[in-house]
Amino acid sequence: MATADGKEAAQGLRIVAPPLTYAVLMLGIPLLTILAYSFFKDGYLTIVREFTLENYRAVWADPIFRTIMIRSLSVAAMVTLATVLLAFPVAYFLSFVVTPDRKALWIFLITIPFWTSYLIRVFLWKVILGYNGVINSGLKSLGVIEQPLSFLLYNTGSIVMTLSHAYAPFAILPIYVALEKIDRSLLEAGRDLGESRLMTFWRVTLPLAMPGVLAAVLIVFIPVIGDYVTPTLIGGGKIPMVANMIQAQMLDIDNKPLGSAMAVTAMLVVAIASLLFLLANRRFLRVRQ
Amino acid sequence: MNGRFQGGGLRAYAILYLLFLYAPILLLPIFAFNAGTIVAFPLKGFTTGWFVQMWDNAALRKALTNSLIIAFSASILSTCLGTFAARASTRFRFPGKGAAIGLIMMPLVMPEIIVSMSLLVVLLAVGIELSILTVILGHTLICMPYAVAIMTTAFSSLDKSLEEAAYDLGETRFSAFRLVILPLVMPGIISAMLMCFTVSLDEFIIAFFLAGNEPTLPTYIFSQLRFPKSIPVIMALGTLLVLASIVLLGIAEYFRRRGIARTGAKDTGGFL
Repeated sequence: MATADGKEAAQGLRIVAPPLTYAVLMLGIPLLTILAYSFFKDGYLTIVREFTLENYRAVWADPIFRTIMIRSLSVAAMVTLATVLLAFPVAYFLSFVVTPDRKALWIFLITIPFWTSYLIRVFLWKVILGYNGVINSGLKSLGVIEQPLSFLLYNTGSIVMTLSHAYAPFAILPIYVALEKIDRSLLEAGRDLGESRLMTFWRVTLPLAMPGVLAAVLIVFIPVIGDYVTPTLIGGGKIPMVANMIQAQMLDIDNKPLGSAMAVTAMLVVAIASLLFLLANRRFLRVRQ
Repeated sequence: MNGRFQGGGLRAYAILYLLFLYAPILLLPIFAFNAGTIVAFPLKGFTTGWFVQMWDNAALRKALTNSLIIAFSASILSTCLGTFAARASTRFRFPGKGAAIGLIMMPLVMPEIIVSMSLLVVLLAVGIELSILTVILGHTLICMPYAVAIMTTAFSSLDKSLEEAAYDLGETRFSAFRLVILPLVMPGIISAMLMCFTVSLDEFIIAFFLAGNEPTLPTYIFSQLRFPKSIPVIMALGTLLVLASIVLLGIAEYFRRRGIARTGAKDTGGFL
């Protein structure tokens, strides 16, 4: 039996080897390189391979980095809140109201915008909100306003709006999957024991759906914090988020060690924020089994 | 009665939500066929001129060729690699499986800026010149998780006894895979390739940083956004890109469902 297991393990390892090697070469090693660079010194056009913590000291002492990191965190938090709150009723509708044979169609309809060019979707918001954009020109031709509204674009609100729209489908799927797993007889039991529809939802459905909600929060929060395109286009380059800062440091300023330290710091901050969030909600994860 | 009402309210909300999702995209064809040179209301009349201009644009044709080469290569490579990973994770137990599959799936949750910057640093350090080849390498990495997800569904709905029957009938491991398993998961493979093709075609960040001077469709679009004059052409291009994505995804969905029907499993819906 042990040899059979060993043979199976060897075969499994052989089969997973090509994709694993690729992921190690193209993702693992680059990430480790960034980590190593963050402890090196920046020489002119070269990297001095000498251990130093100076980069991290510089990153933490930099008030601009702090401002931008806080901005990225709060934008991501607002986007996450908006997408998850808006998505929950849709996921609930998909799971509890739509008949089984129509579910695949609904999910297909919801995921299509997600698969269409992200750049174009973001740019369209610029077209909508711009000085001569759809909203302003529409309101003007209707005679509602005389002068274009200038507060629509190039602010944090428009960034949050655009990102919430772009990441909307991300939040629906994990919540939907969690709702699908709920044993429907539990809901009937709740009703039979005299709970109202609302209380059944509050005390049975919602706690059981929480693992999906937590997954949705992380799946939106993490990529939003690293978003590059929206601050560039919708923020007009004047409201950078952490991705823009890392990119500028790496390429425009060409200080790769400092840029690497920023990237590592940002990843650490995101990881810690995610862990704290999960820790604060751990009772919902235990409920599951 | 109460239940029906509740369902009705939720349905209305879900339809409004879909409208919100699609509203910006619906602007694309409106302005792609609008005769006015600026993208604004009121509309100026119907024209197909922007599409003609688009077709006559040599830089755009170059970007299209590059994008197609990249998407084609990346979709084949990532589907091959993803099929290996999915096969290993659904059929075999081996040490470090969780960590291995975790690393392979990681690009799905990593911010693309981190993926592209770290890859760029290594490419520059090794001295590889940036070209469409480096974009193919990056796109293969980020498309792989999608292929793994689709192929995992395809493999896990497979009945193991079919494979065992093939062994009992004297097939080798390889010929059983080729003659029994491969045909059964073929719809999944096609679906994964189309999905990866779409992801690669639309991907911007990695193409932006790893392509050197070679344009792809998204980076070409990005470079043109600064010029108000070229926005109508971009709207026309966007219309075609979105249309292409929907057609590709529609075909992918068709094959995904056919694959599930072929192995006799229950459709759980959705790609992810």
